[in-house]
Amino acid sequence: MMPELGQLALVLVLCLGLVQATLPLAGAALGRAEWMALARPTAAGQFVFAALAFGILAHAFLTNDFSVQYVALNSNTELPTFYKFAAVWGGHEGSLLFWITVLAIWTLAVAWSARAYPPEFTSRVLAVLGIVSVGVTSFTLLTSNPFLRLTPPAFDGNDLNPLLQDPAMVLHPPMLYIGYVGTSVPFAFAVAALLTGRLNRDWARWARPWTIVAWLFLTLGIALGSWWAYYELGWGGWWFWDPVENASFMPWLIGTALIHSLAVTERRGIFKSWSVLLAIAAFSLSLLGTFLVRSGVLVSVHAFASDPTRGLYILMLLAVISGGALMLYALRARYLEAEGGFKLVSRESFLLANNILLVIATGAVLFGTLYPMVHDALGLGVISVGPPYFNLMFVLPMLPLVLLLGIGMHAVWKSMAAAVLWKRLKWLAVGALVAGGALPWVLFGTTSIMTMLGVIAGLWVCAASLLDPVRRYTVARHLPPLTRAQWGMALAHLGVGLFVLGATVTSAYTVERDFSTRPGETLRAGDYEFVFVGLREVAGPNYDGIEAEFELRRDGELVATMRPQQRTYRVQQQTLPEAAILSGLHRDVLVTLGESLGAGAWSVRLQVKPLVRFIWLGAVVMALGGLLAATDRRYRQPVREPARAKAAGAPVPAEQRS
Amino acid sequence: MWRYAVPLVILGVLAAFFLRGLELRPGYIPSPLIGEQLPEFELPSLTDPAASVTADNLRGQVSLLNVWGTWCIECRHEHGFLVELAESGVPIYGLNWQDKREDALYWLSTLGNPYVASAFDPQGVLAVDLGVYAAPETFLIGRDGKILHKHISPLTPEVWRRDFLPLIAEECGSLPCPLVGPE
Repeated sequence: MMPELGQLALVLVLCLGLVQATLPLAGAALGRAEWMALARPTAAGQFVFAALAFGILAHAFLTNDFSVQYVALNSNTELPTFYKFAAVWGGHEGSLLFWITVLAIWTLAVAWSARAYPPEFTSRVLAVLGIVSVGVTSFTLLTSNPFLRLTPPAFDGNDLNPLLQDPAMVLHPPMLYIGYVGTSVPFAFAVAALLTGRLNRDWARWARPWTIVAWLFLTLGIALGSWWAYYELGWGGWWFWDPVENASFMPWLIGTALIHSLAVTERRGIFKSWSVLLAIAAFSLSLLGTFLVRSGVLVSVHAFASDPTRGLYILMLLAVISGGALMLYALRARYLEAEGGFKLVSRESFLLANNILLVIATGAVLFGTLYPMVHDALGLGVISVGPPYFNLMFVLPMLPLVLLLGIGMHAVWKSMAAAVLWKRLKWLAVGALVAGGALPWVLFGTTSIMTMLGVIAGLWVCAASLLDPVRRYTVARHLPPLTRAQWGMALAHLGVGLFVLGATVTSAYTVERDFSTRPGETLRAGDYEFVFVGLREVAGPNYDGIEAEFELRRDGELVATMRPQQRTYRVQQQTLPEAAILSGLHRDVLVTLGESLGAGAWSVRLQVKPLVRFIWLGAVVMALGGLLAATDRRYRQPVREPARAKAAGAPVPAEQRS
Repeated sequence: MWRYAVPLVILGVLAAFFLRGLELRPGYIPSPLIGEQLPEFELPSLTDPAASVTADNLRGQVSLLNVWGTWCIECRHEHGFLVELAESGVPIYGLNWQDKREDALYWLSTLGNPYVASAFDPQGVLAVDLGVYAAPETFLIGRDGKILHKHISPLTPEVWRRDFLPLIAEECGSLPCPLVGPE
């Protein structure tokens, strides 16, 4: 009975979505207030029924209802409760239901704060979100219903994919989906602006905090995924340029560009059509990611069970939603007029460079991701484009980006003298050059041009980010304290610097050794000795395994005892290594237990990875910066009355505004 | 203005490719190198940096030259079949492309080593001469060092039977030919 209720709730979500997608839009066009007024209650209703459907599926998992096919395929009585709940979004159907629920939450949040926006604008934004909801909900009901019954019911379930049975994996998909789906909000704002035909700076001020929040969830989601891959796959890599990773990374790159472009639109009333285009692109890339992951056009290590029918449906969604928005863009973008200009040396120029470089990087990633598929489509066979391509093509635009970033942060709007910038930054630049050039060599004994460049760039960005906060609390106390937006900018960019440092040093100075070894032997990697003490059998709730014990010693002193495992999950009979990791801010030590090589010997991989934690620390600091920026005072203030009077979004002359 | 329509056109082109991608199977293209001699090369051996692998190693027998790398997911898919082929007596030479030596050795130690020898080509010197698009690619090399066939994408039993076996039979003629592969 319960699963049928869940399905009914999902049908109601679709029905409410249909109303939300049509009447408010028509109402805004025809000026009928009572139709426009439907947008907010339908948004609330969608949320209630989506949450209900989600709750019912979760209930089916927690009560081991194996009469539901999706539960039978993704759970098992032995699965720990924690993972039973996570299994709700562990497969294709459930993750779509989660998508719908998250969209409903975003829509509700927009509807809640929409009291501040003009009613025509609100109803259009919510209607666009309604269209997205109808698309995804109908997709779920028609091709991927999570509530399908299994007759006869299974006696026990097939278990959750062992790779997903991990705390980080419980959090990674929700974070990522919240970010992915969140890009639909700036998308809806952009389409609403195009429908209105004109947009003022209030539009950018409204869209920007939503964009930042979606972006910060994407940041955390991607970082969690990378962290998970790092310790769970047991290879010690933290980024694989896998199509699924790229699918989440592209909206992030465009989202980053959008945040910066919106800053210009908000402050200066320019880059308007560009911001709109980026907002459309960010969401389109999210949809594209969904298509790539679920259609089977690309081969990936973590693809969902793929199905061409689903692929075709998502392709149609992409064509209707993104195609529709871009059609509108083609027709209306020319009405979005710039309100001013800027000189070559100005913050606008640096932000323009930021946008161009980020778009180039996205293009390179998109090309590399799609090239195998295009190759196949042209009848040239299935191939794989590897990290060598991505590393090169991604670093090429990123290096100038991070170098310019340090300068751009200190440039002022409109125009400034280059000499002022030089005076402010010259010692930082010299310091970063010297330290970055020398430190890798001093600390690790070897270096290369790329390593030096990376360390210089990382130090430069960190120093440039900290310059303003440090000055404000030391020599420049007379100036007003930094706003949250300024703190946010400093922190987010500091995160970039930390990330660059971590990625560079880890790539250059990781020590990685593979051994065939027996208990009693002592191995060496880097400055560490590993004493192989012995092996024992272990049993978890749903797996059996072998655990090795290693004493990690440095200069003869015991540092830690490490216990890597080799687990065999009972139901799916999949064997996975569970690496033992000794983590520290300055380095990680990893021991991975491989296969038994016979005659008592085991294959073991030892790794010492300096600064690898900086990669994720950087991401967390970026997200924190985003949080501060999104909660800046100017976004929390209610809309001022004059802005509300300009309901249709008429442009306001620059001199009245600032 | 037309320039605002550019994004729409890009989406249209992409969508057309996606549509095609949904219905396609791996295909095959002729290479300009077919019928030509294998380019001369001398590269260090993957397993023994002191030794080298040269074009001469491949002459005097019918053999395969397989381009691979540990970063290549498709290579992982075909690896099992390569091991089967090698066990049935097919001489396979590897071209380890744009890879790190330790990763490649770890791969061979965990997944099995089907190669008589692998040339180690981190810079992609030979790959450029051979016109490699992306891994995996497999070349069929004749007794005199002539390139008989080139296959892009993973080698599968069907491809082996359909494209490789007839060419091998033709090349061997009446001579004894060990290259039949697993049943």
